[in-house]
Amino acid sequence: MNSAQATVARDDHYNFAYLDESTKRMLRRALLKAVAIPGYQVPFGSREMPLPYGWGTGGIQVTAAIIGQADVLKVIDQGSDDTTNAINIRRFFGRVTGVRTTESTREATIVQTRHRIPETPLREGQIMVYQVPIPEPLRWLEPSETETRTMHALAEYGGMHVKLYEDIAQHGHIATTYDYPVIVNGRYMMRPSPIPKFDNPKLDGNPALMLFGAGREKRVYAVPPYTRVKSLDFEDHPFRVEQWDHCCELCGSDQSYLDEIILDDQGTRRFVCSDTEYCAGRQAAGHTGAAGAEAAA
Amino acid sequence: MNNQALLSVRDMTCTWDGVHGCRDISFDLHPGEVLCVVGESGSGKSTLLQAVSWQARPESGSVWYDTRDRGFVDLASLSSAHLRLLARTDWGFVRQNARDGLRMQVSAGANIAERLMAVGQRHYGDLRRVAGNWLQKMEIDTGRLDDQPAAFSGGMQQRLQIARNLVTHPRMVFMDEPTASLDVSVQARLLDLLRQLVADLKLAAIVVTHDLAVARLLAHRTLVMRGGRVVESGLTDQILDDPQHPYTQLLVSSILQS
Amino acid sequence: MNASTSLIQVRGLGKMFTLHNQGGIRLPVLRDVNFDAGPGDCLVLAGPSGTGKSTLLRCLYGNYLATAGSIRVRDGGEWVELTGAPEQRILRLRRDVIGYVSQFLRVIPRVSTLEVVAEPLRERGVDAAAAREQAAALLARLNVPQRLWGLPPATFSGGEQQRVNIARGFIGGHPVLLLDEPTASLDADNRAVVVALIREAVAAGRCLIGIFHDEAVRDEVATRILPIQPAIPAGALE
Repeated sequence: MNSAQATVARDDHYNFAYLDESTKRMLRRALLKAVAIPGYQVPFGSREMPLPYGWGTGGIQVTAAIIGQADVLKVIDQGSDDTTNAINIRRFFGRVTGVRTTESTREATIVQTRHRIPETPLREGQIMVYQVPIPEPLRWLEPSETETRTMHALAEYGGMHVKLYEDIAQHGHIATTYDYPVIVNGRYMMRPSPIPKFDNPKLDGNPALMLFGAGREKRVYAVPPYTRVKSLDFEDHPFRVEQWDHCCELCGSDQSYLDEIILDDQGTRRFVCSDTEYCAGRQAAGHTGAAGAEAAA
Repeated sequence: MNNQALLSVRDMTCTWDGVHGCRDISFDLHPGEVLCVVGESGSGKSTLLQAVSWQARPESGSVWYDTRDRGFVDLASLSSAHLRLLARTDWGFVRQNARDGLRMQVSAGANIAERLMAVGQRHYGDLRRVAGNWLQKMEIDTGRLDDQPAAFSGGMQQRLQIARNLVTHPRMVFMDEPTASLDVSVQARLLDLLRQLVADLKLAAIVVTHDLAVARLLAHRTLVMRGGRVVESGLTDQILDDPQHPYTQLLVSSILQS
Repeated sequence: MNASTSLIQVRGLGKMFTLHNQGGIRLPVLRDVNFDAGPGDCLVLAGPSGTGKSTLLRCLYGNYLATAGSIRVRDGGEWVELTGAPEQRILRLRRDVIGYVSQFLRVIPRVSTLEVVAEPLRERGVDAAAAREQAAALLARLNVPQRLWGLPPATFSGGEQQRVNIARGFIGGHPVLLLDEPTASLDADNRAVVVALIREAVAAGRCLIGIFHDEAVRDEVATRILPIQPAIPAGALE
């Protein structure tokens, strides 16, 4: 784990952070409006980015709009700093900003993420940028954009509970396990991006600023620090997070979100923390799990 | 304006091209009263229903409704938020084709309970129980609560649509040809169910139909429409037994005697 | 009979039918009918067939629209002009004041006989159990077998249907009751029951106006006869 990785060389052919200044201004205005109306989807002029839709163009544009020379950037994908996407996005920002990058959640000022919130608690002054595929929580129910906008304006959210009811009727429990809909600040319904529902409680009252960007759908939205975020549920089927019978086999944590990894053709499996940096940090501090104990033995 | 009326329509004209639609419509509807609007295709009866339920905006005249919270108001003065709330709680709208009035991709129970969830009910067990009671009332086996509407027959789908509309105990229901898409044998059963429901729940209803037998069975009063205008109105039995207007006499004499 | 005790006042009543689909020919059926009727009356309309007796009854019920004259009905302390009255008013009169026993029972599918007979009481707010009890009593009196009470009357014989109709007409206790050939399809025993019902109603102060083809029944129940003259003298029509 490196906390101050050598950055990729800054390429001067690009404007700082790739976007031109007026685009960044436009995005910042949209983000200000989003922060002023927690959970409300603000349209913005999404630009063509040097990667296709579906690869995080929304999150990249948000980061590009807010990043400054003094920032420290962490990028994760499924909780890991070293997947292809995370590496590519980190390298992209290295080239267009020259800003210092890191794998340490604690050291970062901006964390761009796809599909996870880090286990290490965030603090005031940090910004999380989420990559969002579909921002509209009601799209499955109502294909018309004008109609969903009206539903948000009038807080007509009963239809979302129809989905949860249907889950319980068909499966005995609410079957949605990621991108679980929430109500922000008691007013707007929001999709928190495809993070596991395990991470939803982290959104509630978090001291960091959460920004969400959807490039293809051209929307940004935000959850300001210390904002109430409540996951939808029924009185007699309350919201519950995932639980495992296992601990992380590398670091022994029983608090973190675990990935199940198949090791060989015989189907041997191992449960490890999804947040690689968190796990490595615990190991460095001397914690071990079953696999670590084996290796030591 | 008759202050005991639930709905008052005055000199209302609603056309979609300046020519076709309904003209100079005036009538009152009282609580617990069923009014049938009878006419052939092109008579303007469906436009009338769209207009009084404020789904199409009249170009002149007014529609007044006795709301629960604000008294007797002109619908044109209500915000769209208020109108949508009204449509979800105090009104029902039953469409001719049940598929147009149901969510086909969710279960029967979810269809019935949706309005309750929309007004804030959050107890799954209670919602399910209420939905089950309504299935029973509509003479559908409660074991089908979790079935999708696509698995229901046409008559069952229509009964499901009606339950979906009645679950919030609306005071007024609009019905557009509720039996027209159904087989004749199924129609009789549905009409009778409607008749009982209207009486038990003290519903006021406006039922648009081309079938005089539906009017005879369901309605206290009937309006006869032709060419966008009401040509005759009165007690249903009087309209059918002693029609005055030439067109009404023609309609009545055209009924095939069983 | 004076104005303060009558329940119905008919003045100059006329009914003209205009058949638009037959070239607009006009058929006068009633002309200048005048009478009063009140509590304790059993007014029998008399005259040959086709002279408009049924038409008169239907005008009194609001089923036909009078084309001339006035029909006034007393509702509690208030006199109501039936001709030209708003529909809601007529519906209230039918519920509370004027009952009608038609010649034929209009059959609604799926509704049991007991419910059919109980309905006029239910409309006036009587609770279901009490209404059914009274309906049962009347049906028993009219010799309708109990096994039929739970069935819709559609498959009953003409006489059984007529007795259901009569029960439905009498049960409401309306101050005014209109009877159109109530004994037409009944045997002697059941005719006697109906006669008894009529007599009791009259004795209880109700006002009955009826058409009876059967002269014997007519003689037993009538307190007054009202001859109805044809609007057009016989032979004047080509």
